[in-house]
Amino acid sequence: MSQTPPRTPLLEAEDLHTWFELRRFGFVRIGHVRAVDGVDFALYPGESAAFVGESGCGKSTLARTLLGLHPPTRGQVRIEGRPLLSRMGRKARLEHCARIGFVQQDPYGALPPFMSIRQILSEPLRIHGTTSRSEREARIQQALTEVNLRPAADFLPKFPHMLSGGQQQRVVIARALLLAPALLIADEPVSMLDASVRVEVLRLLRNVQRERQLSLAFITHDLSTVRHFADRIFVMYAGKIVESAPVDALLDTPHHPYTRALIDAIADVDADNALSERAIPTGEPPSLVHPPTGCRFHPRCPEFMAGICDVQVPTMQPVAHQHAAACHLYDKPKEP
Amino acid sequence: MSIAPAATSPLLQVNDLSLHYQTRQGEARAVDGVSFALQPNEAMVVLGESGCGKSSLARALLRLLPRNVAHYSGAVHFEGRDLMPLGEEDFRATVRWQRMSMVMQAAMNALNPVVRVREQVAEPLRIHSQWSREKALARVRETFGLVGLAPDVLDRYPFELSGGMRQRVVLAMALVTAPPLVILDEPTSALDVLTQAAIINVLKRIKREQDISFILITHDVATSSEIADRVALMYAGQIVECSPARDFFHAPRHPYAQLLMASVPRLRQPEAPGAIPGTPPSLLALPSGCRFADRCPQRFARCDQPPPTFHLDGSTVRCWRFAPEGAP
Repeated sequence: MSQTPPRTPLLEAEDLHTWFELRRFGFVRIGHVRAVDGVDFALYPGESAAFVGESGCGKSTLARTLLGLHPPTRGQVRIEGRPLLSRMGRKARLEHCARIGFVQQDPYGALPPFMSIRQILSEPLRIHGTTSRSEREARIQQALTEVNLRPAADFLPKFPHMLSGGQQQRVVIARALLLAPALLIADEPVSMLDASVRVEVLRLLRNVQRERQLSLAFITHDLSTVRHFADRIFVMYAGKIVESAPVDALLDTPHHPYTRALIDAIADVDADNALSERAIPTGEPPSLVHPPTGCRFHPRCPEFMAGICDVQVPTMQPVAHQHAAACHLYDKPKEP
Repeated sequence: MSIAPAATSPLLQVNDLSLHYQTRQGEARAVDGVSFALQPNEAMVVLGESGCGKSSLARALLRLLPRNVAHYSGAVHFEGRDLMPLGEEDFRATVRWQRMSMVMQAAMNALNPVVRVREQVAEPLRIHSQWSREKALARVRETFGLVGLAPDVLDRYPFELSGGMRQRVVLAMALVTAPPLVILDEPTSALDVLTQAAIINVLKRIKREQDISFILITHDVATSSEIADRVALMYAGQIVECSPARDFFHAPRHPYAQLLMASVPRLRQPEAPGAIPGTPPSLLALPSGCRFADRCPQRFARCDQPPPTFHLDGSTVRCWRFAPEGAP
């Protein structure tokens, strides 16, 4: 987004760590899974950011930490400047919940099968104190119309299994929007849907985000759709953010070798693809229990510099306007 | 319905294959009159949305049928032999996994967790071919080399392996009997981008080095373009277009193919992808005319009749738009 930037961020993560303890026999501590390991970022009002990474890079844990479902091991999440605490009073928690909408990955799992769409959508309103039945009904209808489930009245008595996958995901989005949140967190919102429906749902999310001036944090493994549906991209690898940039800058001039590998691995449809093999880094993403020393990508990196990459942990440094990467290739040169 | 004869004799020729399931709500026509031919060393991609019958097509070819089959008919000629009259025991002993094998969808999650992978990969040889343990193990070792697995993986258990490695193990299982045809059902869709590219590279190399044909079933257009020689697009139980890869990816003919290609997000191009309106029809209650008509922007009067398959230089299209001039 190219607006004037003196605003306070809507969502901020500062030195965020979410580790899970590994125990043997239920009590002997034998280590930690460092799912989120030192993440800093800020998301401004009305901005849509995509967190991209492979499975096991900690992106879903990050989403759950931002939602307050996992207490951070270290660091802090702030929403509109207020810290998210692991223990909050009922009132504070309700307020917090109403500011954040969550779009789950799997609509089949996110909608209770024995509740009608009306019941599913009334629940958050009831919990958040909309006591009048007619007001609830009006808000539900409005939400369904907003996600293009029209006429809304036809969908209300239905049960989730009577809807297609795309329609179910729209109900999930409607539910996330009901309490008029300022922030929407979507964890792989379309990965369970068919290709032809994906674009529709992403477009819907994008339109809603723009119309309501929401901030959207959207977790995905699919770089090919982000150009059209995000303003900013954060690339995650092994629990850390390795590159952050506006979407076009990141896709057109990726700086981190991992980002480059991700982009190179994606085919644009072309019959000539069948004629050549793709160059991809060898190996697999590292263990989050014993991550590699230094830069976590160094065992797979084509630019590996012995004595630097395997020793020093790279920090995020600016490489261009609003564009930062955590890679020793961009360490400040020693000459003046 | 027949397919124009090709220069070489095809490895697999399928004519009017149907597979319907009996369900409580009626008969689901998952595969409904599918015809195609596959040449030796050709990779054909079967593209389609979920529920279009593409996995059922694979099951029909390999005759891995569930119990609720209502109707199974058509002609399957494979290596010059008519497979349909074969009894189940003949089929198992001489065709399935001997000459035609399959990588099942999500098979990497179905490996037996308490059996070493070398035993699991050797199983087809030990059971279908009655090979000795030593001979089978040598062949497994060779196959592991082919799919890019280190020999030390042989002695490991599935839970010790990453997703990409398990997918290679499953691929080795399909290749271990050296069949001329392997059917791959969504072999990469559960994998990460980099692992996906690595598996596709393995498939390309195998196809280049060996005389092997693939039928790759997927919903992912971008990945399919990595390996396809030909693309068959399925919709509601039928193949609506079957074209050489170059034609399909660059100038699709069927209106559904055109919309599908326009809906593919492209990383390097500025245009936003389009969406296909509507949803596919239920296989239980198919429309009497063209099955895509309700979603089709190019619909006209004739679409109320079911379109036959039209042949146009190298492609087949099931759409009235391609009816020859003056035809009835």
